[in-house]
Amino acid sequence: MATKKKKNIPKAKAVKKTSRRSKLILDSKIPDGPIAEKWDKHRFNLKLVNPANKRKYEVIVVGSGLAGASAAASLGELGYNVKCFCYQDSPRRAHSIAAQGGINAAKNYQNDGDSAYRLFYDTVKGGDYRSREANVYRLAQVSVDIIDQCAAQGVPFAREYGGLLANRSFGGAQVSRTFYARGQTGQQLLLGAYSSLNRQISLGKVEMHTRSEMLDVVIVDGHAKGIVVRNMITGEISRHSAHAVVLATGGYGNVFFLSTNAMGCNVTAAYRAYKRGACFANPCFTQIHPTCIPVSGDHQSKLTLMSESLRNDGRVWVPKDKKIAEKIRKGEVKPNDIADKDRDYFLERKYPSFGNLVPRDVASRNAKEVCDEGRSVVSSGLGVYLDFADAIKRMGENTVRERYGNLFDMYEKITGSNAYQNPMTIYPAVHYTMGGLWVDYNLMSNLPGLFAIGEANFSDHGANRLGASALMQGLADGYFVLPYTIGQYLAENGIDNRPSIDDTAFSNVQEQVESRIDTLLTINGERTPTSFHRELGKVMWDKCGMARNKKGLEEALRKIPKLRKEFWQNLSVPGENAALNQSLEHAGRVADFLEFGELMCRDALQREESCGGHFREEHQTPEGEAKRNDDNFSYVSAWEHKGEKKIPQLHKESLVYDEVKMTQRSYK
Amino acid sequence: MSLASNIFRTSLGRKYLMALSGAGLFGFVVVHMLGNLTIFAGPAAINQYAAKLHSMGPLLWIARLGLLMMVGIHIWTAIKLASENKRARQFQYEGTIEPVDIHRKNDIVSRYAARTMIYSGLIIAAFAFYHLAHYTWKVPQINGLDADFETFYVHEEDNGEKQITAYTTAMPIGEGAEGENAVDVYRMVTTGFGVWWISIFYVISIGLLCIHLSHGLSAMFQSLGFKTKASQKLINRFACTAAWLLFAGYVSVPISILLGFVK
Amino acid sequence: MNLKLRVWRQDNAEEAGGFEEYEALDISPDMSFLEMLDVVNEDIIADGEEPIAFDSDCREGICGTCSMVINGVPHGGQQGTTACQLHMRHFSDGDTIVIEPWRATAFPVHRDLIVDRTSFERIQQAGGFISVRTGSVPDANATPVPKEDSDLAMDAAQCIGCGACVAACKNASAMLFVAAKVSHLSLMPQGQPERTRRAFSMVNQMDEEGFGNCTVTGSCEAVCPKEISLDFIARMNREYGRALLKKGCS
Repeated sequence: MATKKKKNIPKAKAVKKTSRRSKLILDSKIPDGPIAEKWDKHRFNLKLVNPANKRKYEVIVVGSGLAGASAAASLGELGYNVKCFCYQDSPRRAHSIAAQGGINAAKNYQNDGDSAYRLFYDTVKGGDYRSREANVYRLAQVSVDIIDQCAAQGVPFAREYGGLLANRSFGGAQVSRTFYARGQTGQQLLLGAYSSLNRQISLGKVEMHTRSEMLDVVIVDGHAKGIVVRNMITGEISRHSAHAVVLATGGYGNVFFLSTNAMGCNVTAAYRAYKRGACFANPCFTQIHPTCIPVSGDHQSKLTLMSESLRNDGRVWVPKDKKIAEKIRKGEVKPNDIADKDRDYFLERKYPSFGNLVPRDVASRNAKEVCDEGRSVVSSGLGVYLDFADAIKRMGENTVRERYGNLFDMYEKITGSNAYQNPMTIYPAVHYTMGGLWVDYNLMSNLPGLFAIGEANFSDHGANRLGASALMQGLADGYFVLPYTIGQYLAENGIDNRPSIDDTAFSNVQEQVESRIDTLLTINGERTPTSFHRELGKVMWDKCGMARNKKGLEEALRKIPKLRKEFWQNLSVPGENAALNQSLEHAGRVADFLEFGELMCRDALQREESCGGHFREEHQTPEGEAKRNDDNFSYVSAWEHKGEKKIPQLHKESLVYDEVKMTQRSYK
Repeated sequence: MSLASNIFRTSLGRKYLMALSGAGLFGFVVVHMLGNLTIFAGPAAINQYAAKLHSMGPLLWIARLGLLMMVGIHIWTAIKLASENKRARQFQYEGTIEPVDIHRKNDIVSRYAARTMIYSGLIIAAFAFYHLAHYTWKVPQINGLDADFETFYVHEEDNGEKQITAYTTAMPIGEGAEGENAVDVYRMVTTGFGVWWISIFYVISIGLLCIHLSHGLSAMFQSLGFKTKASQKLINRFACTAAWLLFAGYVSVPISILLGFVK
Repeated sequence: MNLKLRVWRQDNAEEAGGFEEYEALDISPDMSFLEMLDVVNEDIIADGEEPIAFDSDCREGICGTCSMVINGVPHGGQQGTTACQLHMRHFSDGDTIVIEPWRATAFPVHRDLIVDRTSFERIQQAGGFISVRTGSVPDANATPVPKEDSDLAMDAAQCIGCGACVAACKNASAMLFVAAKVSHLSLMPQGQPERTRRAFSMVNQMDEEGFGNCTVTGSCEAVCPKEISLDFIARMNREYGRALLKKGCS
């Protein structure tokens, strides 16, 4: 096995051997001028593609979530020929669908003083000053168009009796700017984008490939010119060439094995692009959501998130005494029997002014802290109470039911416990990843022709994403940014700049993909892909999860390569390639997670500060709060792959804040 | 597609046809029952009613043709839809329906009437054919008697002197002719249903018809798009009540004859 | 607890399938149904066999990927619940569970419990959209939508496209699915211009895909994980009738 693997590697290198990359300069291409005028000015300066010529261009879009579907549909409308790929059996099933809360937009429909500037300001501050000002401002600017677009597509947003759109408020903002469609805003927005995509499919402008997994990107003369794809039904490997490749492949939360991501979410597309030369930015920025249902056992396959709104009325607590906590864990004492004086409402105690409503990262970290002290209330040792007893006493069970009925039902479905009678148990879980492929203002990576949009890129959320901003960013990129900016690249490079799939670059990549699949299938070891994934997830969660420290990260950096080595020697994947083979699909994804996890830890290790979702225990205030180091770490860390077994090179894009003054967050 | 093919060649178009023809047939079934019930008013009433119908001439034939067309459309759509349904689902589940929420079993297993529409429908069609042969074409071989209904006529004129009462006095066998004299429906029915097994067959068939209607009447509103959650209860109740009333009305005739209430 | 599974195994669409029996040992009541299958699959792989292929993705009941008939009922028969949200505490030790794929001619089996639902895609491509170009739209509040209409449209729009309605229907009819889509768009003012066209094209495509017809048995509504009402089928019929009248009158 080992020899086979080695044989594989030099080939990969040969393709990428150019001197260009050693002198890599990350140019963010942020336009000059006042922040409010940058985007308009930039749009004017962008080159246009003649309408008659658009149909001569091919664009590949990988992923069909909010970003991918909206981009594919919009590009098709413009006249480009689009090929769109997704691993699901329908574009409508991409994981954007799971977003519950809503989508932000600076519409100021509530007349409460909202504006693009305020949304921009909140997002930069919420991101703990690690995002790019210009990108965020543009996001805030186009947010208003998104709502118009979606309403026109027939998205049934919540309405007031007058027929106008309703808003709710969301964490991290003091205005009501969140639009929603019951508890399934993500699904409704995706269905809207999907319907536009369907229209383009029916018109023949978009060719949709479902149950197709992109396994590699093809670089020709330094430009991304195509992808290699596996048909998940037949196992057939095919090549697709295009003038440009757009990755809308989502986040990498599944590196933790347990996350709120869908089972199929993976890092492969982005990671393959990274290995072909695209820089990976801020991989250590991951978001942990505080109110998820705790793990119930080793069998757990994924975690379920419950809306953050529960913290409006629920009170978070654990027993003051470790011994009582232990009795609860053993089932000897019931939570309702514990007197108030023996309970520790730790968020209310530590943050008197925000109480249970502190931001996601703070709430999560504190839950971890009390569990680490041995005061957890679930047998796994990872869980705290979210108690509605007082809320029910105060406003009655019916009001609680009206507000949270569906969440209580879901909780009961999963745990079998009635939250009206017993407190809920919750624990934080990985939810979103702010890091992603490095992109410039045009959303193009440092590899010309390779674009990354939505959660797959890094640019807008900094170190922490605000609630209801993920949907906004995905659609902003897909509908209103990429369709303009991609024209610049296409116009610059011309119609002829599309190689045939018979080009040796394509056949080389296909060979590498096939040989890798062959290897996975012929290791014939003992362990399943899931068991490796679970083990990697545990390392990542323990060492690179909610709180990180140098020692732990270094330990992870030792453990992961060992695990990876075992993976390539002791993996068991039954079946063959030429059929539907879910173990094989999983094995390929785990193989990439096993490399990517290392990159994440490396990034977390170099970032000697705490900011947003990245909490380094060495860097905290005396009260235990995150302590940024703006002097030394106010940059985007962009990692460049330098070859197998070589340490990737760190590039820094410094972040300049002209508009927003950096301050320390405080929720005391 | 043209309007016609949007009606005749689509699933929803055919459901419309089925619902509308069903509604027409339901109307016929109601009127027919009301006609039947005149038997309780004595021989004069039912014979006179029959004579009136016969005297309508071309109108009767138009009605008959219309009825035939509705039957044709109803059966054609039914067979067409049923064969499509069969093709759409060729495998049956091995697992017996056992929902986790066991109390919901009745919602998941559809009602018997709904599941068996095509069977009840085809049996009713067969019965209707027999019923026509029995009383309309008067095929003597199938009435289970020595009698030939073709020979049952009544005097139409009231002739007090000869002690003849109109529509109630039978003409002797051999006298009277099709088209010239009024048919003695009363005698035909009482004799016909005097045969116990024919009556039982009749009762069973009417039972099937009413089961068919108990679903069909409510599904008709659904197919035509009139049903909503709010009106559903009312519609289902209407379907059920109508089915029971029809059953009672139709079945009362043979039962009364068998029990000797009508002679 | 320990369970016996009878699972449909089939290599691909061409080959005939059959039932295989598996033991599911030491199953925790806290597992979801799919996690139970994960555990069984780990054992199958350990034995060097190919695991049971089944579809799942979000595992929180919203993506509509998971699709299996459990003891004769799509998604297992817990009200308003997809298979991925069904938990093992509803089963008892020693139970035999029969697991089959969706059965419909329009949903051919890809492998084991995985079926091909692209017929749903084609129905939506036929007309399940409002033709708007990105950017060329009025302000969202320029078209008020009565709250009642919007709420009702949302009831329909909740459909996750899992296909349980087809699987439950004795006729493998897709009416509930198509009705939900048609109703959602026809209830919104934005959907009015294409209302007639949409009703025709989606219904025609549905027929072309080989789905059966509605005989109003109501099984679809009973198994729908989003509890979409049969009312919407009546509404679609009404839409279709309206379209026929419009076409007839024009």
